[in-house]
Amino acid sequence: MGSRITMRIWRGDAEGGEFRDFIATAEEGEVVLDVVHRIQATQAGDLAVRWNCKAGRCGSCSAEVNGVPRLMCMTRMNLFAEGEPITVGPMKTFPVVKDLVTDVSFNFEMARRVPALEPRPKDPVTEADGHYRMQQVDINRVQEFRRCIECFLCQNVCHVIRDHDENKRNFAGPRFMVRLAELSMHPLDTRRRAPMGVGYCNITKCCTEVCPEDIHITDNAIIPLKERQADVKYDPLRRLVRRLRGGAKKS
Amino acid sequence: MPEYESHEFDVIVVGAGGAGLRAAIEASARGARTALICKSLLGKAHTVMAEGGVAAAMGNVYPEDNWQVHFRDTMRGGKMLNNWRMAQLHAQEAPDRVYELEDWGALFDRTPDGRILQRDFGGHRYARLAHVGDRTGLEMIRTLQQHAVHKGIDVFMECTVVGLLKDGDRISGALAYWRESGAFVVFRTKAVVLATGGIGKCWRITSNSWEYTGDGHALALWAGADLIDMEFVQFHPTGMVWPPSVRGVLVTEGVRGEGGVLLDQSGRRFMFDYIPEMFRSETAETEEEADRWYTDRKNARRTPDLLPRDEVARAINAEVKAGRGTPHGGVYLDIASRQPAEVIVRKLPGMYHQFKQLADVDITKEPMEIGPTCHYVMGGVRVDPDTAAATVPGLFAAGEVAAGMHGANRLGGNSLSDLLVFGRRAGIGAAEYAQGVQGQPTVDDAQVQELADGALEPFGRDRGENPYALHEALQTCMQNLVGIIRTEVELKQALEELSDLEERAGRVSVEGHRQFNPGWHLAQDLRCMLAVSQCTARAALERTESRGGHTRDDHPNTDPELAKVNVRLRWRPGAVEVDRVPLPQMPDDLRALFEETT
Repeated sequence: MGSRITMRIWRGDAEGGEFRDFIATAEEGEVVLDVVHRIQATQAGDLAVRWNCKAGRCGSCSAEVNGVPRLMCMTRMNLFAEGEPITVGPMKTFPVVKDLVTDVSFNFEMARRVPALEPRPKDPVTEADGHYRMQQVDINRVQEFRRCIECFLCQNVCHVIRDHDENKRNFAGPRFMVRLAELSMHPLDTRRRAPMGVGYCNITKCCTEVCPEDIHITDNAIIPLKERQADVKYDPLRRLVRRLRGGAKKS
Repeated sequence: MPEYESHEFDVIVVGAGGAGLRAAIEASARGARTALICKSLLGKAHTVMAEGGVAAAMGNVYPEDNWQVHFRDTMRGGKMLNNWRMAQLHAQEAPDRVYELEDWGALFDRTPDGRILQRDFGGHRYARLAHVGDRTGLEMIRTLQQHAVHKGIDVFMECTVVGLLKDGDRISGALAYWRESGAFVVFRTKAVVLATGGIGKCWRITSNSWEYTGDGHALALWAGADLIDMEFVQFHPTGMVWPPSVRGVLVTEGVRGEGGVLLDQSGRRFMFDYIPEMFRSETAETEEEADRWYTDRKNARRTPDLLPRDEVARAINAEVKAGRGTPHGGVYLDIASRQPAEVIVRKLPGMYHQFKQLADVDITKEPMEIGPTCHYVMGGVRVDPDTAAATVPGLFAAGEVAAGMHGANRLGGNSLSDLLVFGRRAGIGAAEYAQGVQGQPTVDDAQVQELADGALEPFGRDRGENPYALHEALQTCMQNLVGIIRTEVELKQALEELSDLEERAGRVSVEGHRQFNPGWHLAQDLRCMLAVSQCTARAALERTESRGGHTRDDHPNTDPELAKVNVRLRWRPGAVEVDRVPLPQMPDDLRALFEETT
């Protein structure tokens, strides 16, 4: 009952590589990752691919399927027209390690640069038992950001860093805009953080479109960050203070 | 010996799920030079899959709740085979560990008065699980990860440990390889904390990821440590059954916690037929009473849909066997007719999307088809309850790889709390042990070389056994012969097949080179899986009774004599040795908790 399909998988390493065709079967209800695994088990034992949960919860199996950034474990085979080859390649924004595996260390470096949460002290009266009180309505928005599974598809699709490697020095990427927004809206946090290049984002919303967790990255995270930044930067009083201190040109 | 990359630490933690992260944070906070080593990228460990919540008797929803009730529930759920001291520490310390996560940034769902909300789960007398929708594990691992990155812990991602090194009878280090390059790396260390999780990849239908290959169990065994309770494997009652490619993927117990019920093909709530004597006095007898219980704890008893997991899994198994199952060999789990669509999507967003995307099922409109899936191993490294020390000096274990806490069966929600309570304790135990070690233990080059040579053997063979095919054969063997229901005949057959597979594993060959080569990686993991599979089959043969996560068709009752012992496994060159060790007996004041009437 399985159907025969052609899967065109990128094989290679940092030195270079090419798409290679594999003929495989796809059973009812299968996802792209199932077929990649079948090819690995029967035709290419050393085919490199990351995966863990196979249920869209860990964000490990990100790849570009027919050029579209997706989680392979959540991409059903019946999405594609029969008879057409399906191409599976590594995420383009990150350097290739081997086959479908890329070097995503940039993201872990950025994660380290985000200053940690600095929680407010507990209220001696309303929180006398030593435990915080927070209302659900005040954490809903932050909970949206904390759904992020760190698949890095938003990083992959972001033009700022995808097409301009040099921008990685200045712009941490959408994932970390979500993290910054999360901290800035966290009801307990008291810390002010540098915006990690939020100004570079030109709001094309590509990140929002690919987010498998449906986080409204642009609208709910990036735009509020930009507004806050504009607030800080163009507040007339602060500008005056900055001018008096002689640091007017720096933001 | 070639020059391998080498690092020196006081404590290395193997595994970066909840237990490993918590252990590393604690060891580092106590001044130990600490490394965290994990097979995947940071934040992808199995903890991320935990859905329902973390059990802690905070009493935010039911003020009557306290550690004694939680302790009692845990012991009864474990069929009294738990290490009582671990169950006690766990129940006492879990609330502090949850509040600590909140201080570190975790945002749990709230009660109307702004405290942490708690939900119902199987076997817990009161609503006790702190949660974030159905993604509690993600919240937990992200919080720990974000806390840990600022603590000066050295993280070695995508790095697999192949063996522990010893200086005399104590730990001196570990040999690992970078998955990316295939290059070896030697860790010289005073203490090792194993936090590697479970063994679920030995079965075909499993909720577990590729990482769950029993590495820590095998590393401890080979290093001379005791394993206990390996016969106790939890089959979670609710895994997906359709389509085939997602068979085994977890469906959270939170579905039942939020009101979902189990139905046979005709729509009958069959769990009322499967209430065991031990839980009869506290379980509802009628559907009317069960439904009332969700809102009225005082005058109604709990629904049998929320009996402990071992009971529910066996019941589902029996229904399917009796021909009352669904078209795809499961039963129905219905929440659509029990809760408004809006509530389902808000409380169980992950489940909603999972079924919608993977099975074309809208769980707000139709029931799910579910069946048992291998989920968790109660057995593992025998540890000291207070320090998490294994029986080998310098070796510690926490989380799923450690045994004792859950006895014969784990209650849902008790795993995430276990990770936090004993992860922290293992971190303290290892750091304090390391402080007492004078100088750095000596790493024996011959041991390093032997491990490295062994790991590279598959490259030296041509046209040998395919590791993927062997893995599939192992999974089929364990699924068919060491599954939910076991018999002596089948267990003996399993042991024969396992020894045959072990022999074939000695002929594995892999193609390609050492750089990120999953075939080679699987060949390493296979050695661990074969060792732990053998342990489980041997222990299952030894325990001639049925208890918790171990059901013997040929010994359907509990045996009072076997209630007093743990089955122990030890590695002797070339073979696993099995014997029985006495179960620690709880003091009278705790025993009294079980004599009170409910």
